[in-house]
This record gives sequence, structure tokens and C-alpha cells, in this order.
Amino acid sequence: MKQKIGRWFIPVVGGLAFVYLLVPIVYIFVFSFNDAGRTNLAWRGFTLKNWQNPCGAPNICEALGNSLQIGILATIFATVLGTCIALGLVRYKFRFRNTADLLIILPLATPEVVLGASLLAQFLNLGWELGFWTIIIAHTVFCMSFVVVTVRARVSGLDPRLEEAASDLYASPMATFWKVTFPLLLPGITAAALLSFAMSFDDFIITNFNSGNFDTFPKFIYVAATRGIPAQANVIGSAMFIIALLIVVIGQIISYRRQKMLAAR
Amino acid sequence: MTALDDKPRVSGRRAKVETEEWRSEEEIAADKRKGRVGMYLIVPGFAFLVLFFAAPVVVLLAMSLYAKPPGAEIGEFVPALQFSNYLTVLSAYWDTLVRSFGFALIATIAALLIGYPMAYLVAVRLRGYRLLQGILLVLLIAPFFSSFILRTQAWKQILADEGPVVSVLRAVAILPPDGRLTATAFAVICGLTYNFLPFMMLPIYASLDRLDVSMLEASGDLYASPMTTFFRVTLPLSAPGVFAGTLLTFIPTAGDYVNAAILGNNRDTTMIGQVIDSRFFRVVDYPGASALSFILMVAILVLVLIYIKRFGTKELF
Repeated sequence: MKQKIGRWFIPVVGGLAFVYLLVPIVYIFVFSFNDAGRTNLAWRGFTLKNWQNPCGAPNICEALGNSLQIGILATIFATVLGTCIALGLVRYKFRFRNTADLLIILPLATPEVVLGASLLAQFLNLGWELGFWTIIIAHTVFCMSFVVVTVRARVSGLDPRLEEAASDLYASPMATFWKVTFPLLLPGITAAALLSFAMSFDDFIITNFNSGNFDTFPKFIYVAATRGIPAQANVIGSAMFIIALLIVVIGQIISYRRQKMLAAR
Repeated sequence: MTALDDKPRVSGRRAKVETEEWRSEEEIAADKRKGRVGMYLIVPGFAFLVLFFAAPVVVLLAMSLYAKPPGAEIGEFVPALQFSNYLTVLSAYWDTLVRSFGFALIATIAALLIGYPMAYLVAVRLRGYRLLQGILLVLLIAPFFSSFILRTQAWKQILADEGPVVSVLRAVAILPPDGRLTATAFAVICGLTYNFLPFMMLPIYASLDRLDVSMLEASGDLYASPMTTFFRVTLPLSAPGVFAGTLLTFIPTAGDYVNAAILGNNRDTTMIGQVIDSRFFRVVDYPGASALSFILMVAILVLVLIYIKRFGTKELF
């Protein structure tokens, strides 16, 4: 009897947890087909018009476009700066290493409200106008620490003999980097960049502190939530989910194939 | 200089000579060059972090001590060392701080109780089924990419008074006929658990994925009951993941205010983030808001340090 309970406990609890995680997603998806007016609270019948015109609600696609631009720029900055730090930290031994480590880790251990508030204090102090660029700076800060941690794990796992072999074969340091080191680090860098983009695109708290009147997609929804969220927001949310699903599935297929290829060799 | 000082210096020099004996001049030069390249690589990023992370924290600390001069306009403050700002906000918002940490603690424990079986199911039970494992992991990561506020808002509508959950709970008399879920601590904690569950589950999954199943078999062969095997073998082996997951869930949860604002939004569910936000933007009390932010940061850092000291989690960062 006891054994039976044990055998069923894990699948049941685990399965329920997956349902718990997916119920809101399903809800968002279903209500993207709702024939709603300005607010999307009650079911009023099936329609495709929200999907045909996702920009139908005022300002929604502007906010979306802003978020995409910020996400892309912040990801580029964070990935380049973070990858450089990760490479440098493994190769370069210097005196203030512990302080430097702390400086990288602390943003991860700081709640978003505090990061947002301290950056706001800094921008007020510098007299900078809040908007597009202050958001990008704020996003770069919290994405960068994350990139360093992810990529550094990859760099430390890298076999130094591969680079030594390249230079033994008379590859210049540049050639070694681009032909050996970079391709080996690429999966880690890609994963870090994708998650950076997701974090930047979805961030509300830090953005809210450093954006002034500039609108992003999460800000748009947060403000709309008090009056009623238009069904077009559900379309965009569902589309993001589907795109992410496709990206992750393609990534899984690529890594699965690569493993198979390596195994076949 | 005494002889005592001299001794380690000599041995140090000797050690250096010994290790460098087998290295050519070129190799040493190459190493130095590599070191210089490493320095160039880290300088821009660190400059950025100093300017936009370290300096802001110092500015925040300074601003938390500012004073309002008599007859000042809204938003006008002068640099000062007014430490009483801290006492003022602490006495006004002590209960909100305690509530925030309480909510975060409950949500973290709930996430652990839900996330562990989930991670175990995917990492251990489904080990033979690579495809199913992949699908479940994808389903777990993908919600990250859809909008977090949209999902929280969806929760609000699911838990709303006219919503399906409340009707069912009222029908089976778990909730009284006029009982509700939104605008309660339950709804806020439910939302926090939901939003940060992947942060708990993924590190546990990572450590369970490395678990050697033959250990569990060995334990069973030695007549340990499944319960004993779990508590004596599985759980200790996955402890690094549990510790990392707990921290990664607790830190953002304590500072979050979106869940409290959307799912709670009444006086008994206010979290400290909401107060900081409204002190900055509505009340325009920069010193008070800065002091609260600083208190929150220090409180979390102290908790994290105690936790790391107690459990030691190298895998975390």
C-alpha cells in the first residue's frame, strides 16, 4: 500500500504542477480569440479579428516595438560586455579578484526594486533624462551579470589543450579565438543572449523606475490592467509564447542531432 | 627588516625559479601578453558595472540621508546626514517589511514542495524517455518568454469572484458563499509561487539530472525503504540544487510587487516594493524611498550570507 502511494505521488504532484504552470498560458491563448470590445474579461464568442489585426488597440504595437528595440540593444551590449568579462576573468589573474567577483554577483542578489531605485537615484543625480537610453542601461546591468555567470561556466569547462593545440599548429591568437574558442563557447553565449532578451523584454519593475514616460510592452499591460486589457495583448502574449516554443524546440533538435552525430563518429 | 620577514621571501623566490625552470622566455612573454589581453577584456564591463551598479548604490545610500529644508517644494531635498530617515520609515513600514519576507518565505517553501516532485519526475522518473523529458522542459521554460504581467493578470481573472475556481470552491463549501480569493494574501502568495517556480525547479532539475540512479538501486538493495532512500540518498545528493533554487526564488520574491499590486491590492497584502514605488513616484519622498530600498537590500544580503554560511552553496553563481 505504502509503495503504491509512493509510486503515484510523484507523477500526480508533478503533473498537477505542470497544469498549474500552464493554466494561465492556456487562458491567455483562449481569450486571444475572444470577441471582446475594449476589455477582455468575459467570454463573448469566438473571433479571429484580434489575430488579424494585433495592432488594433491604441499604442499597443508602439509599446511592443519599443520593447523589441530595447531588448535587442540591451542583449547586444550585455552579451558583448559579459562575454569579454567572462573570458578575461578566466585568463587574467589580478589582485582585486574577490572584489571583482562580488561586483558581478551582487546585482544578481539584489532585488529588482533596489536595482531600479538605485539607478533612478543615479540618473537623478547625473541629471539625465529618463527614457529609451536609461532603460537600455538599466537592462544591460542586470542582463550582464547573468551573461558573465553563464558564459564563465562554459569558459571554465573549456579544455585549454584545444587552444594550445591550435597555437602549436601556428594559428595566430586571433585565428585561435575565432576558429576554436568562439565556436566552442557559442552555445553558451547564444543561451545567455536568448535569456537576456527574454528578461529584458519581460522586465517591468526596473523599467518602471527608469523609463519616465517611455512606454514598453510590460508597462503598457500594467497600466491597461487597471482599466481592462485589450484582447490584442493576449494575441501578442500568445505569439511570443509560440515563437519561444519554436526557438527552444529548434535548439533542442539541433543539440540532439549534434549529440547523435558525435555518438556516430 | 628582520630575519623572520626575510624567510618567506627567499623561499618564494626559490619556488618561482623552480617553476619557471622548464618554461622558455617566449612562453613567459606569451603569458604576459595573454594577461594584458585579459585586462583589456574586463575593463569596459567593469567600468560599466562601477558606473551603473556600484555608484548608484552609493548614491542611493547618500540620498537616504537627505533632508527636506523648511519651506521646500515637492521633490526638493538637500544633502545631509539625517539618520532619522531610517527610524521614520522603519517604524512606519515595519509590518510591511515583515509581511514581504513572510510572503517570500511561504512562496519559497511552496515552490520547493511543488518544484521538487516536478524536477524529480522529469529528471529521474522520465530518464529513459528523452523526448517526453525534452517536451516537459520546453513547456517549463517557454512561459518565461510570454509576458509575466499578462500571466499574472490571467491569474487574477481565473481567481476572480465570478471565475471558475471560486465557483467550484463555493459549490463544495471550501469557501463560504461570500468568500473570495482575489485581494487576499492567498492570491498573492499563489501568484508569487507561480511566477518564480521555474527558478526553483530548474536548479533542482540540474542537480537531479546528474544523480546516479545506481545509488538509489544500491540503497534499495540494502533494504532501505523508498522513504529512507529519499531522505538519506536522493535529497542530500540534490541539496546544492535545492539551496540554489531556494535563494534564486527567495531574493526576487521578497522584492516583487507586481503580484501584490495585481492579485492583492489592499492594505493587508501590501509588499515593500509597492511602498518604495509609491514613495518615489506618488509621494515624491526620495530619502524615505531610498532608505527603504537600502534596508531591503541589506536585509536580503544578510539573509543570503547567513544562508550561504550555513549551507555553503558554491554551485549558485
